[in-house]
Amino acid sequence: MSNGRFGEYGGQYIPETLMNEIINLEKQYELFKQDPGFQSELEDLLKNYAGRPSLLYYAKKMTKDLGGAKIYLKREDLNHTGSHKINNVLGQVLMAKKMGKTRVIAETGAGQHGVACATAAALLGLECEIYMGKEDTDRQALNVYRMELLGAKVHAVTSGTQTLKDAVNETMREWASRVYDTHYVLGSVMGPHPFPTIVRDFQAVISKEAREQILKYEGKLPAAVLACVGGGSNAMGMFYNFIDDKGVRLIGCEAAGLGIDTDKHAATITKGSHGVFHGMKSYFCQDADGQITPVYSISAGLDYPGIGPEHAYLNDTKRASYVPVTDEEAVEAFEYLARTEGIICAIESAHAVAYAKKLAPAMDPGESIIICLSGRGDKDVAAIARYRGVKIYE
Amino acid sequence: MNRIEKAFDHGKAFIPFITAGDPCIDKTEEYILEMEKAGADLIEIGIPFSDPVAEGSVIQEADIRALASGTTTDNIFDMVGSLRKKTDIPLIFMTYLNPVFHYGYERFFQKCRETGIDGIIIPDVPFEEKHEVQDIAVQYDIKVISMIAPTSEDRIRSIAKEAEGFLYVVSSMGVTGVRNEINTDLESILSQIKEAADVPAAVGFGINTPQQAADIARISDGVIVGSAIIKIIAQYGKHAGPHIYTYVRMMKEALM
Repeated sequence: MSNGRFGEYGGQYIPETLMNEIINLEKQYELFKQDPGFQSELEDLLKNYAGRPSLLYYAKKMTKDLGGAKIYLKREDLNHTGSHKINNVLGQVLMAKKMGKTRVIAETGAGQHGVACATAAALLGLECEIYMGKEDTDRQALNVYRMELLGAKVHAVTSGTQTLKDAVNETMREWASRVYDTHYVLGSVMGPHPFPTIVRDFQAVISKEAREQILKYEGKLPAAVLACVGGGSNAMGMFYNFIDDKGVRLIGCEAAGLGIDTDKHAATITKGSHGVFHGMKSYFCQDADGQITPVYSISAGLDYPGIGPEHAYLNDTKRASYVPVTDEEAVEAFEYLARTEGIICAIESAHAVAYAKKLAPAMDPGESIIICLSGRGDKDVAAIARYRGVKIYE
Repeated sequence: MNRIEKAFDHGKAFIPFITAGDPCIDKTEEYILEMEKAGADLIEIGIPFSDPVAEGSVIQEADIRALASGTTTDNIFDMVGSLRKKTDIPLIFMTYLNPVFHYGYERFFQKCRETGIDGIIIPDVPFEEKHEVQDIAVQYDIKVISMIAPTSEDRIRSIAKEAEGFLYVVSSMGVTGVRNEINTDLESILSQIKEAADVPAAVGFGINTPQQAADIARISDGVIVGSAIIKIIAQYGKHAGPHIYTYVRMMKEALM
């Protein structure tokens, strides 16, 4: 692996202004990874602040209803701040502090990463600024307010498509102008090396716990693990410790929006092609001239035209498969999980639930599957209501 | 012989930047000829990209206007081919890696040679990744211009040593755009470059007034100006020709 490659994917395609910092980050990260002091501090934060380990919940009613494989939910929605994002953020903000940075910046789509980042910055005493597409600040207004309550400054990005992609652009620009005192807390397994590796390592706690938990409950490994994929951080976390277990199918669920035969989707692997963007070589939704095309999903968190390079590699080597799930399927799954198990999950996670509903009935009752429930759905309730034509007032 | 060397033959080089297709591709050809007439020594032609992360809002908006006018990479090659019948001025592309990667490196650089492009600047290809592009570009005698930033520090020497064409020295932190003041210790960066490089070094990012240009030219081999010219085009659109001419002439005179 040179410059953080996963096969041909990854790399460090960024402006020269950021290169020294990225090289420094790579060196520092290697030290922190081996530093027992850092690791125990992080472990303490994960346990006593974020609330880890998260539950592996046996979804008995869903299992019975679907009549196939046993379904388990990895409850990342129960973490402090309500999603898996806190795992990565506690790691990165702690690193930033130890590297002497006084300020962190981050992009956010649905706002979960922004809220997690603002939380960790408040806890560890760093200044925090969040970049969020204007369209997303409108559809996730509650999360904007949460970030502000936590002391962060939220910038509504009005350039381009005003969504996650543009929030990443603006955060990179901001980083290039204040790299000396600022760390960019990248929110997914994407961007230039070493970010895809750092974020994956911090998220790998999901599969580390899930693997131990399922072995304890079932005495054997699951037949499949499922997770939704935008940039792909919860999926990478959910997959990582199962990669060497060849019998475990790894399935990423992409946002197919209004359908992969329309131009309103964010199904990067299903419909995208090879490209170089946001610091990495991977798959991207783009046109015939290599211009990044606007993507669409009901879920602001999956509304991203690329995917982390390690996912691109897992796809090409056929170690993982990636399937498209439409808005309608995700909304149905969102409602289904609420009614069946009493869990309101993030609309992102509902994409994985939707695919599990198709997969499980065809499987053997002796098998099990784990769905990563990456976040809770409070932020999405109003949007789902709107989708169903229900007028509610927050 | 590659034309880039000639750009530095007439005193300090003035290197203007223009986004191809803003406001339309025919005007780009006209504006380039105006700039040459006004004394420009080398022209940087931007191939628009949907997400130019190293640019400030002025150039990003030019990219959006150019893409909205239907500009494609092939349109730009056609324009350069037509331009080459009228001028021998050194021409280099400035674009992001994805449009080049997507076009196909081999096909892209072959087309550069056929139409008469002399070099390329790709701001999201740092020193560590440049071989991916350069190994193919060199076969077509297209120079891949390297950039040096205020943060480059001990990378300056390695980048300068391997540089070809000229070196693009980024004057300040952040992205492109007009700045009132440039506080970087350019003198120190340029003297380190001079020790290691055998190509000229031109400074860009933030330069817009004749005074800034003159100050920077005292310590470098040339100045690069982008946003200030794009602003003229944004203001005057299809009638920007004479205004571009006047501005470029004033800037070149400041360097003499």
